[in-house]
Amino acid sequence: MARSLAATRNRYLADFRTFERGVSARGPGWLRQVRQQALSRFSELGFPTARRGNEKWKYTNVGPIADAAFSYPFHVSSEAKPADIRRVAPWDDSWTSIVFVNGRYSRALSAAPVALDGARVTNLAEAALADGDVIEKHLARHATFEDDGFTALNTAFLQDGAFVHLPEGESLPSPLHLIFVTAGDAQPTASYPRTLIVAGANSRLTVIESYVSLSPAPYFTDAVTEIVLADGAQVEHYRLLLESADAFHVGTGRVYQGRDSTFSSMSFARGAAIARNDFRVLLDGPGSSCFLNGLYVTSGTQHIDSYINIDHAEPHTTSRLYYRGILDGKSRAVFGGIVLVRPGAVKADSHQEDKNLILSEEAEVDSKPSLEIYADDVKCGHGATVGAVAEDAIFYMRSRGLDPETATAFLIKGFASEIIDAVRVQPLRSYLGRLVWRALPGVRFGRKS
Amino acid sequence: MSARGDNHNRRPLLKVRNLHVSAGDVEILKGLDLTVRLGEVHAIMGPNGSGKSTLTNALAGRPDYRVTAGEVLYGGKDLLKMPPDQRALEGIFLAFQYPVELPGVRNREFMKAALDAVREHRGLDKLSVREFNKLFQEKIGEVEIDPELMKRSVNEGFSGGEKKRNEIVQMAILEPKLALLDETDSGLDIDALRIVANGVNRFRGPSNAIVLVTHYQRILNYITPDYVHVLLDGRIAMAGGRELALELEAKGYEWVKEAVESGREIGV
Repeated sequence: MARSLAATRNRYLADFRTFERGVSARGPGWLRQVRQQALSRFSELGFPTARRGNEKWKYTNVGPIADAAFSYPFHVSSEAKPADIRRVAPWDDSWTSIVFVNGRYSRALSAAPVALDGARVTNLAEAALADGDVIEKHLARHATFEDDGFTALNTAFLQDGAFVHLPEGESLPSPLHLIFVTAGDAQPTASYPRTLIVAGANSRLTVIESYVSLSPAPYFTDAVTEIVLADGAQVEHYRLLLESADAFHVGTGRVYQGRDSTFSSMSFARGAAIARNDFRVLLDGPGSSCFLNGLYVTSGTQHIDSYINIDHAEPHTTSRLYYRGILDGKSRAVFGGIVLVRPGAVKADSHQEDKNLILSEEAEVDSKPSLEIYADDVKCGHGATVGAVAEDAIFYMRSRGLDPETATAFLIKGFASEIIDAVRVQPLRSYLGRLVWRALPGVRFGRKS
Repeated sequence: MSARGDNHNRRPLLKVRNLHVSAGDVEILKGLDLTVRLGEVHAIMGPNGSGKSTLTNALAGRPDYRVTAGEVLYGGKDLLKMPPDQRALEGIFLAFQYPVELPGVRNREFMKAALDAVREHRGLDKLSVREFNKLFQEKIGEVEIDPELMKRSVNEGFSGGEKKRNEIVQMAILEPKLALLDETDSGLDIDALRIVANGVNRFRGPSNAIVLVTHYQRILNYITPDYVHVLLDGRIAMAGGRELALELEAKGYEWVKEAVESGREIGV
């Protein structure tokens, strides 16, 4: 076992040496240095292991990711067509869609880069040369890799990705959609999507991150997103996990919030064999608030782990963490919610809740919301529920003439609606509603029509 | 309005014979007989624990109630063989004593789906969304529920009285043949009681029948029954007309017990 892990690590190190000689050599010096540091950190850390005492990874075994021989996609054949993308990801012509195939920016599939009143939506690789100072200031500063092997690995292979910069007071006229697609090769590949969003003071932005698949083979996505909200900025964020059933996905999100900023996020997790979403928000300015919603829908033998941290570092900060899970088959979900209120963060207002609906006796959820409070005069609450479909509700609906399948479907839809209905981007709201249905083949909604 | 007399020759809509029902290990109904014909309103009265709600729930097919003996014919068919949704499609409606909240399920969508199912079963076309909305608004208006409230999830955030009125809305929309009203009057103030009773009276007609379960005589001031049955310890202990309810009001259920124990036969 140890030998195979070492072999895996060596494979990544070998890939990195090739990477360094090629694409990486073109970037600025500071970026090369960050990559080198990240790689050496990864070679020390490796992948985490699920074991007692390792609370962060207690319920999720990433052994299958470490064991598999995923290699860096040096030779990408980008066969993806616009119609393919629309088949696997939500789409609206009014959105600004930027597409990355196997981690690489695709000019052909993407909308033209946006440059409005100084706002920039572009490819990170190009931006690293043009907007070096903003990027150097933020990149890898929020998603640190000191104690995180996956972030270290992503940073070591950092080349392409999305860069969004909104200057003070600016806003984008329509939602920005970042689509990360794995395509093509039969060979198991690893890709390293990277996103940096810097929202200037009082700017406004709606952004959707979609992780989708056109690949028949198993693959590994190691994604890192950093979002910075300056004072008064408002960011509405959606994260759609729609990877293939054979995929592995580890996503790391780091959000930094300045004074009076507002971050609203919805995480929809459906795809991947094993997925982990490690999301952390730092409320670092007084009056800042974050609203994190999530819905995970699992079936088969899927394993989806949501690990959410909210750090109240300043007074008068507000957080809401509302997750829901619908579990079918032999699937497993993990929810870890940790709200930290630091000393001095008085008047912190926080509530977190994770509710689960279990449709199969063989499905399992480990839900663990927790609070760590080191300040007085705070208002914090948390709760978790796990339950089956309510029998009395089913009988009530059947007594009105609905068959059991339709009644069950109504209740599941109702359960999901609290999260789905809060999606403000309309075509996306309907799209996600339909995805919930497709995810549950045993459930029929509506009578024949 | 009374359907007594001339109706007796018609085939019964509901014929319950020697019905025994248990909840858990406890036998609650111990040989109940009841015959209901179209156009009739039957009031089932009785003290708490006598089996009133067990009767309506068993007829609607609630899974927690186990029929251990007896037979129920509904329109000549074996009702006990039908699952609850089949019973509803065949025209049975239970107004719940404690209507269930359905989080995230909108009233309008729920009722549209239910009416679609019922109409399909009756061989009728579905109502268009426009037609349905008109019907829905009309029925909401009749029981004076705030239309804004009805935009919410079914019964969520409804007061006790609003839940009961919502049951009447559902009944009026689905137009059942046999309405089982399980203590629909309990917990209602006098205004709400009148509204609910008016709803029942509007519904009442020659093509349906009502079994109204109640603890109190009060609602019978608004809904005049054709028959009154007193349920005691799982059996119909006494039966009569409208006047029996008034006598019960005056003398209490103890009087029925004593009468039964002394072997007196009263009523039909």
